Amino acid sequence: MILPGTPFHPRTSDLCQPHNWRRWGKYIVAGSYELSPEREYWAIRNSAGLLDTSPLNKYIFQGKDATRVVNRIITRDVNKCAVGQVMYTTWCDENGKVIDDGTVHRVEENLFFVTSADPNYRWFCENANGFDVTLQDVSDTTAALALQGPNARKILQTLARAEMDSLRYFSVMPNHLREIPIMLSRTGYTGDLGYEIWMENKYALDVWDLLMEVGDAYGITPIGILALDIARVEAGLMLIETDYTSVRKAVIPDQMSSPYELGLGWTVALDKENFVGKRALVQENRRAPEWRFVGIEIEWDSLEEIYARKNLHPHLPLQTVRESVPLYDGDNQIGYVSSRCWSPLLKKYIALAHLRAPYFEIGSRVEMEVTVEHERQRARAVVGKTPFYNPERKRK
Amino acid sequence: MPSYDTLIIGGGHNGLVNAAYLARAGKKVLVLEKRHLVGGAAVTEEIYPGFKFTEFSYVVSLLRPEIVRDLNLPAHGLEILPLPSTFTPMLNGDYIAFWDDHEETHNEIARHSRKDADAYDEYGRLMYHMAKAVRPIIGMIPPDPTSLSPNDLRGMLKMGMHMRGLGEEKFYQLFKLMTMSSGDYLDEWFETDALKGTKAASGIIGTFMGPRSPGTAYVLLHHYMGEIDGAFRAWGFAKGGTGGISNSIANAARSFGAEIRCNAGVAHVIVKNGRAVGVALDNGDEIYANVIVSSLDPKRTFLKLIDEKELPNDFVNDIKRYKTRGSSGKVNLALDALPNFTAIPKKEMVMQTLRGAISISPSVEYLERAYDDAKYGNFSQRPYMDMIIPSLIDPGMAPPGKHVMSIFVQYAPYNLNGGWNNEQRDAFGDAVIDTLSQFAPNLKEIILHRQVLTPWDIEQITGLTEGNIFAGELALHQLFFLRPSPQWANYRTPLHNFYQCGSGTHPGGGIMGAGGRLAAMEILKDSK
Ligand SMILES: Cc1cc2nc3c(=O)[nH]c(=O)nc-3n(C[C@H](O)[C@H](O)[C@H](O)COP(=O)(O)OP(=O)(O)OC[C@H]3O[C@@H](n4cnc5c(N)ncnc54)[C@H](O)[C@@H]3O)c2cc1C
Repeated sequence: MILPGTPFHPRTSDLCQPHNWRRWGKYIVAGSYELSPEREYWAIRNSAGLLDTSPLNKYIFQGKDATRVVNRIITRDVNKCAVGQVMYTTWCDENGKVIDDGTVHRVEENLFFVTSADPNYRWFCENANGFDVTLQDVSDTTAALALQGPNARKILQTLARAEMDSLRYFSVMPNHLREIPIMLSRTGYTGDLGYEIWMENKYALDVWDLLMEVGDAYGITPIGILALDIARVEAGLMLIETDYTSVRKAVIPDQMSSPYELGLGWTVALDKENFVGKRALVQENRRAPEWRFVGIEIEWDSLEEIYARKNLHPHLPLQTVRESVPLYDGDNQIGYVSSRCWSPLLKKYIALAHLRAPYFEIGSRVEMEVTVEHERQRARAVVGKTPFYNPERKRK
Repeated sequence: MPSYDTLIIGGGHNGLVNAAYLARAGKKVLVLEKRHLVGGAAVTEEIYPGFKFTEFSYVVSLLRPEIVRDLNLPAHGLEILPLPSTFTPMLNGDYIAFWDDHEETHNEIARHSRKDADAYDEYGRLMYHMAKAVRPIIGMIPPDPTSLSPNDLRGMLKMGMHMRGLGEEKFYQLFKLMTMSSGDYLDEWFETDALKGTKAASGIIGTFMGPRSPGTAYVLLHHYMGEIDGAFRAWGFAKGGTGGISNSIANAARSFGAEIRCNAGVAHVIVKNGRAVGVALDNGDEIYANVIVSSLDPKRTFLKLIDEKELPNDFVNDIKRYKTRGSSGKVNLALDALPNFTAIPKKEMVMQTLRGAISISPSVEYLERAYDDAKYGNFSQRPYMDMIIPSLIDPGMAPPGKHVMSIFVQYAPYNLNGGWNNEQRDAFGDAVIDTLSQFAPNLKEIILHRQVLTPWDIEQITGLTEGNIFAGELALHQLFFLRPSPQWANYRTPLHNFYQCGSGTHPGGGIMGAGGRLAAMEILKDSK
């Protein structure tokens, strides 16, 4: 079966030089548009990267009880989400184990636009039973683009009909790009100044063309998910199936995680009305967590030593490696790395990792397995603060 | 009572690196910079409103990774953006390109010569090994030459060999590199003129030699040093131009407590009883310190700032003989649109090409002819040029839709027949634009502003003697333990408490910061 392209495919397929299509949900998207994703990465940090995010799952909750339903599902308190605000959140099963994470956009008092990595329609419907709410899966009819980087605002300002200077970090507004109706949110997955543009499929190509035309003077660059994958590790953002397993796909308890174990305790509002998983999470919150999702920095000197044993210079991944490697304290395995990459900007080898207590404290020293010439070695690493990279412009 | 532990004369990148390391070690440091901004030959200035020129230097090639790490320069604003390719338009309308992808480059060279394409891989591998062997020297304080009797080349080669245990075959290759001309060396490998021209060009940058002058082959190696760093990639275009590098180092130095004073030119060094004790500024102020460091080139340092009588005769004579012949100029353009290089065959290739370097080096003969002009005291009528369009790499360099272009030009002799004046400067600028227009015919129509810098201008602005971009030629007799003078290559000088740390010290010119760092380590050693 030939996997389908997104509504932007007529444009992206013309541009994708290496044909390195990657699977994302039921679609394919460009891995990178050039052989190396490096320049695309730098566009995110220096000008503006344009990313096709259409494969995201998207839902609309609408109706008198929409607020109650959303609040039953997610772990954060949607009553604290003003109209025009966006919340990042997780949602859990009855046992308080994470099903998925995504964003909730409160477009109107009782109209929510929810995005998620995996399909959630059935789960959402089950939790809406008996409520006065209509739930629509608009995944296939809504195209999406992320415009990320320091010039993103300037590009959109030249096109947006409604004033958007005041659109704050994690906010959303209806707008038009010239004549085309869109929804514009100041969100993204890069840890940089950035926006996401949501539109009906039929406008997709027009929006793409407009952005590319106006963005040219600002260095707009189509980017693939390989560049994104570097930026999101720098931003300390986790990826489902890479950094954690959805409880739906877990086959043994060890594969399941609570929000606390993922460092997402801040998204759990135990003080709000009942929500799925609350009882279990209240219990868990009383215990000290055994695991935490953290960032680590691998020490260069240590890498140099390890490679020098083979008369080599450190050879580090220029793309994010989504593969588990063990972390040690002496002979004990105390955790594992789930994503790692060389940060071109920070000039550091960084990783996202799951560590046991007490090793997950900032500043704690661990060792990461590194394979050099087919031999296992250990490199010194230290638990650091995430996001690794957090420019002021992201919120300003 | 001196008010500082250390005074550093000159706020170029080396002076700043030196200050940062000393301040980091707890020293009370003051940097004295003559100009209104720091950076020296690594500055970015808005010469024409809205357009930022990376005025002198334009690419980072050898900035030491350990400095980037030790000073955490990324946290202070350093960003090095990729400069992925080199494109050489040829006189017959064709081109040769070197991409950042190995296979692509192979295919491209094979278009001209299949043999060259294969040879290029082998050449690259050899250079990698050579660079790996030689590189430790860059990070090393030159040993006392008298105990190594290094008066001839062999001594140096021997040491390199000991250091990395090069096999016999590679030893011969290294010897060849050290003694041959880049043109002859490349003839042994390749047959495509434009390939040889472009590679040979890296051997002549900053020298007053042609590609057929012996000794230029060694400089080819330097271009491969950066490749070893792999992921670290200290090679590329610094965000904001090379001034961005200087600013990040200055920020780091300040974060460690160093003080940096601009508009504070040093008139002379105050010497008492054979010891440097302070400096007198142009405005007459005197500042005292325990240690004085100069980051200026050796000639300016020892012949202009210090009374000759305070220094040993031999040493003064050595410094007088130290070669600083300037041979390069720079043209910076503010552009209304992009130049249309006619050698770019396809529209889809335009951006990909213009984002990289563009080299006017169609053959070794072309370069040698450019040198011929200079030998007899003229600037090249058809010069070698190395160009980038910074605004395509960092859009912040020019207003939206507009561009800046940085053109490094050789040869422009410092001692021009009749001397440099406004007319000669214009004529030099015209020769550059005329030559380029043959490759990009729309160039003249899109120029909004042109800044022409002759070696004389370079000297006037940065203080680099004779406008020599490396503060002294990178010729073998001026490298390692001979830079700038035998016995005084370890950053110390015949004057007590007086050190040097600029590009005129080992390992030489270019934005490396190595001199600044190594000197700081020696100063700290002595202060214990
Ligand atoms: C045109 C040109 C192009 C180049 N291109 C490149 C390139 O692309 N890549 C690369 O790596 N290298 C390049 N170089 C070389 C590189 O820029 C220099 O080697 C390097 O910047 C020198 O740094 P420095 O700190 O040793 O000295 P400088 O940068 O020369 O710093 C010396 C400082 O001292 C100040 N000064 C002078 N006199 C006094 C005084 N009396 N009192 C106080 N302060 C004083 C000067 O203003 C200056 O700031 C280029 C150089 C030039 C000129």
